Amino acid sequence: MAAPVNSVVNSSAKCSSFNATSFQKKTRSRLISIPGTRPSVQNGQLLVSTGVTSLDYLLGGGLAVGTVLLIEEDRYDSYSRMILKYFLAEGVVCRHELFVASAQHTPDDILQELPSPILDDVAIHKPVEQPRLSHEPQDSLDAMKIAWRYQNLPKVQTALASSSRFGHYYDVSKMMEAEIREAAKCHRFYLPEHPTQSSPTHSPMLESYSALLKSLRDVIQREGFEVTAPMSKSRNILRIGLHSLGSTLWGDDLCCHDNPRHGHALTTFLYGLRALLRSSLSVAVVTVPSHLIQNRALMGRITRLCDNAIALESFKGSEREANPLYKDYHGLLHVRQVPHLNCLASQLPDHKDLAFKLKRKQFSIERLHLPPDLSETVSRVSRGELAGTAMVGSACGSGTSGNKHLDF
Amino acid sequence: MFTELNSILNTSPDSFTQGDFILVSGRQSDASFLIHHFLSFYLRARCKVCFLGLVQSFSHYSAVCQRLGVSLAQAKEKRQLVFLEGLQEGLSVFIPQDDTTGNKALSFLSRDPMVGLQNLYEFVRSSVSSPGGGEEGSDGSEQWGPPVLLVDDLSVLLSLGVSARAVLDFSHYCRASLCSQLQGNVVMLLHCEEEEEEDDGDDEGSERLLKGLIHQCCLALHVQGLPTGYCRDIHGQVEVCWRRRQGDGQHTQNKVFQYKVHDKGASFFARGTSSAVL
Repeated sequence: MAAPVNSVVNSSAKCSSFNATSFQKKTRSRLISIPGTRPSVQNGQLLVSTGVTSLDYLLGGGLAVGTVLLIEEDRYDSYSRMILKYFLAEGVVCRHELFVASAQHTPDDILQELPSPILDDVAIHKPVEQPRLSHEPQDSLDAMKIAWRYQNLPKVQTALASSSRFGHYYDVSKMMEAEIREAAKCHRFYLPEHPTQSSPTHSPMLESYSALLKSLRDVIQREGFEVTAPMSKSRNILRIGLHSLGSTLWGDDLCCHDNPRHGHALTTFLYGLRALLRSSLSVAVVTVPSHLIQNRALMGRITRLCDNAIALESFKGSEREANPLYKDYHGLLHVRQVPHLNCLASQLPDHKDLAFKLKRKQFSIERLHLPPDLSETVSRVSRGELAGTAMVGSACGSGTSGNKHLDF
Repeated sequence: MFTELNSILNTSPDSFTQGDFILVSGRQSDASFLIHHFLSFYLRARCKVCFLGLVQSFSHYSAVCQRLGVSLAQAKEKRQLVFLEGLQEGLSVFIPQDDTTGNKALSFLSRDPMVGLQNLYEFVRSSVSSPGGGEEGSDGSEQWGPPVLLVDDLSVLLSLGVSARAVLDFSHYCRASLCSQLQGNVVMLLHCEEEEEEDDGDDEGSERLLKGLIHQCCLALHVQGLPTGYCRDIHGQVEVCWRRRQGDGQHTQNKVFQYKVHDKGASFFARGTSSAVL
């Protein structure tokens, strides 16, 4: 299985060779090989990368095809938007098709801001045969000239990551080049361009949502993403990015009232979305401004109708920003829901205290270790940390704090 | 089917009490592993099973039951199992295709959701009493035992805009016809959101539904997260509540177990006796 997959894959997207063991599950042989996907180790699900390596690890290797990832936005929607862009950028690099829907910015705005991939060892497809290579930024070519032998060695990672490489890294400070971006086929849904006619039916769904669902269904049927579609032509993955669902711009009043009138609109839409995805080769990321939603029971229901759910809590604008505990991080990440698909036991993360930070080249999620006590002097802080390491050492193995004491 | 749970509940596929209304509730923790248990249990007990799978697709249930040693596709073929795939049916209601004259069971979605769940009840009613579940085994079709209704899960109905009252009516009708008339069993799963403190304003809420269902049921399994927080080796606790009328009066009994879900089953143990801490 591994060999044919690689031969298909290596032209477009580099999917690191699977950890080759002689044991292979029977189910793998049935899977369709699509660039940028890999089968799950646990249950043979087809996975795609979210574009954020540590998030892939957290979700059990990647996002299973046919599922929804819900991201509860941070207060200024900066980091959640970033993850959405990572997800779309990964789709561009893997040559998946995209579907972007938004009510606030035009989908083109979102697409123009996609981060640029760092393609050190990845043979990227370029639509034109390398015309810009001469004045390309050198860091991708000249990097690591001295230590070239170590180029392909895995880095020592404090962040959450699996051993095998899956997905790509991105440079947030640069935008993706237009020609790479335009090579990807993208379907756009911009709500103001879809005049909603008020239908006489008493559907619990809002017109905006049902228009979106209809448009999604049309794309899936027209482009042949259904699982039942004929196998004759090569299959591809549809990546769906839905931005800020539930906000007032979608015509929803979830954020305005305690007991909203359209309280079932979003949940009904998510139910329809799940039904669509389960029968097609597509995967969706949905962001929701959950901090605006007053009704916690409603938010719980929304979470329950998505397969994966994470919440971002940025320190921006809160007093935590100045707290020395969090000085290394940009915010906290909460895992609200992990998927249980085709298996009885869901794959639980081993750790739930997580924090994230956005570096120039990487959005990384790390285990957050709080030292047991904060004291006045620096030396006592470090001693406290040491005690903390000894205490939790068995649980976290070679966690982040382990490395700090090497210089003693 | 989890043998440990069978011994806790003192039942087995060969001998189980009929006429039970079993409620499975989940709070801060996923209780769907119990619905898989009951599905495989009743299929092994050779009951005629009607399964309303509203949460996941058929392939999911089929894959899980495969691990538990039961084939849903075969059961469907032998007409032992009637499976309503809520996702597919729902989609055809949301986006009406040209010529889909499908199931009417989920027609409550298309019209005013206040209509109620009569059609869904009619579907249940007709599927448990359809031929194949009947007495005659003349045309080679096998003969199945008492009818069983399984619902996964009721909170989806609430999310789709059905009122708690309508769901309570539905469950009452199901209990009356299946448990009392046909001497079968009903298992319903309900997930509650994390609103332990009473919110009086929320009339539609799952809390109200939960109270109503607890009032109806004779066996309740409440799955909760650990009160002390997340743990990798203990996934939560199950409170088992029996409510039986035995001769002189109500007989109630509660027991609490902690559980861990494995790949092919689940283990239950008394509190604090997990192998991880001993």
